[in-house]
Amino acid sequence: MQLETVSYLRAQLNRHIRSGLRRPGDVLNPILFFLMVVTLFPLGLGPAPDQLRDLAPGIFWVVALLANLTVSGRLFAADFEDGSLEQMILAPQPLALSAMAEVIAHWLLSGVTLALVSPVFAAMLNLPSSAFPVLVLSLLLGTLCLSLIGAIGAALTVGLRRGGMLLSLLIIPLYVPILIFGVGAVGEAANGYDASAWLALMGAFAAAGLVLSPFAISAGLKISVDT
Amino acid sequence: MWSIIHKMGSPPWFYRFAGSFLKWLLPIAIVALIVGAFWGLFIAPPDFRQGNSYRIIFIHVPAAVVALAGYYVMAFAGLMSLVWKIKMADTAMRAVAPVGAALTFIALVTGAIWGKPTWGTWWVWDARITSMLILLFLYLGVIALFEAYENKAAAAKACAVLSLVGTVNIPIIYKSVDWWYSLHQPASIKFSGESAIDSSMLYPLLLNIAAFYLTFACAVVFNMRTELIDSYRRSAWLQTELKQELAKG
Repeated sequence: MQLETVSYLRAQLNRHIRSGLRRPGDVLNPILFFLMVVTLFPLGLGPAPDQLRDLAPGIFWVVALLANLTVSGRLFAADFEDGSLEQMILAPQPLALSAMAEVIAHWLLSGVTLALVSPVFAAMLNLPSSAFPVLVLSLLLGTLCLSLIGAIGAALTVGLRRGGMLLSLLIIPLYVPILIFGVGAVGEAANGYDASAWLALMGAFAAAGLVLSPFAISAGLKISVDT
Repeated sequence: MWSIIHKMGSPPWFYRFAGSFLKWLLPIAIVALIVGAFWGLFIAPPDFRQGNSYRIIFIHVPAAVVALAGYYVMAFAGLMSLVWKIKMADTAMRAVAPVGAALTFIALVTGAIWGKPTWGTWWVWDARITSMLILLFLYLGVIALFEAYENKAAAAKACAVLSLVGTVNIPIIYKSVDWWYSLHQPASIKFSGESAIDSSMLYPLLLNIAAFYLTFACAVVFNMRTELIDSYRRSAWLQTELKQELAKG
């Protein structure tokens, strides 16, 4: 039984990652969006390097949050439209498991790529290079949390015609702790302090989210399919 | 005990219960509000440093307390509707959201009015004020999600899930915003140990909090009753009830 669960999870992950990679636009668009919005800040705030360095952690996390919001909304849309969501509900394996596979695949494609390329953007905003490891680590943990929360909102709104704006109203308030932890971690690291407390908080959030959110996501998906 | 819960789930029983509940508790709530306001505004002594401007706490604090408690009431109703599929729990959840949002809004506005003479600014990004603002967004999210669904049974379930997720998150949001920045004074009323507020101000404040809880309960029950009239307007039991009420005058 246990082995079956693991292989089911692996098969689901494989399917989502493969279908994600076949549409490279879906992987690249959030990163392009990130670059675009990061470019807007120096234009809006002025190019003074010191000021940009002070604001960089906040800019980074707000834009990461928005980038996640734009992709989270469509998380279950394709599965909902072509009926695979119904198959997942009918499958003998729990829906929470399939939902978790979907969220993790989404995180691997969008969050992890964003975290890995983030030092490039950080250098453009004049963030000291000593803060890069913390930045990458915090984005790795933080985007997982964002994806898990975003998936709850996406599951609740997937059946609605005008879900887009509603989704931001539903999940931005829930994103607040991640924003605070993330800016805290990167800010401490940029000033040369120890950021491990903030990272630990984020890790705790991610762990709790991995355990609890699949149930909320599957409940939301069942409601959306029933209507 | 169980028979009461079973009765609570029945719309006709609840409709009659709501009628007598309002008949008795609404006058008490109104009297408590008037007495509380009079006591707070005229009898309680002026503050030694803030003069009379502090008197807004007799509205501000009760509104904030009940707004926060209201979210938990809503989430608990959501839990009841998800787990036990009690029809009236759906209605209760739906009825709490606008009242809670209004109270949160009152707390924010009165806080801003008080902040201008005291802190010299309408708004500061302080931890508690920010958490109240986020609470307002959480309430508005539940209301908006309910409105977005056409099937109202599904809407209630979706709102229940959302409010439960919000409940898990509220302590985390509170704590994180607290670590982020704090200017607001810490809580003055403590259940254990000495309160930092004099009893001449504490008693009217407690009376006002009780009055706000009563008003909240009345507003929620009133909303639920209206909701019942709307959804059962074609049912025979409601029409006989309404006819009886009309006959009584």
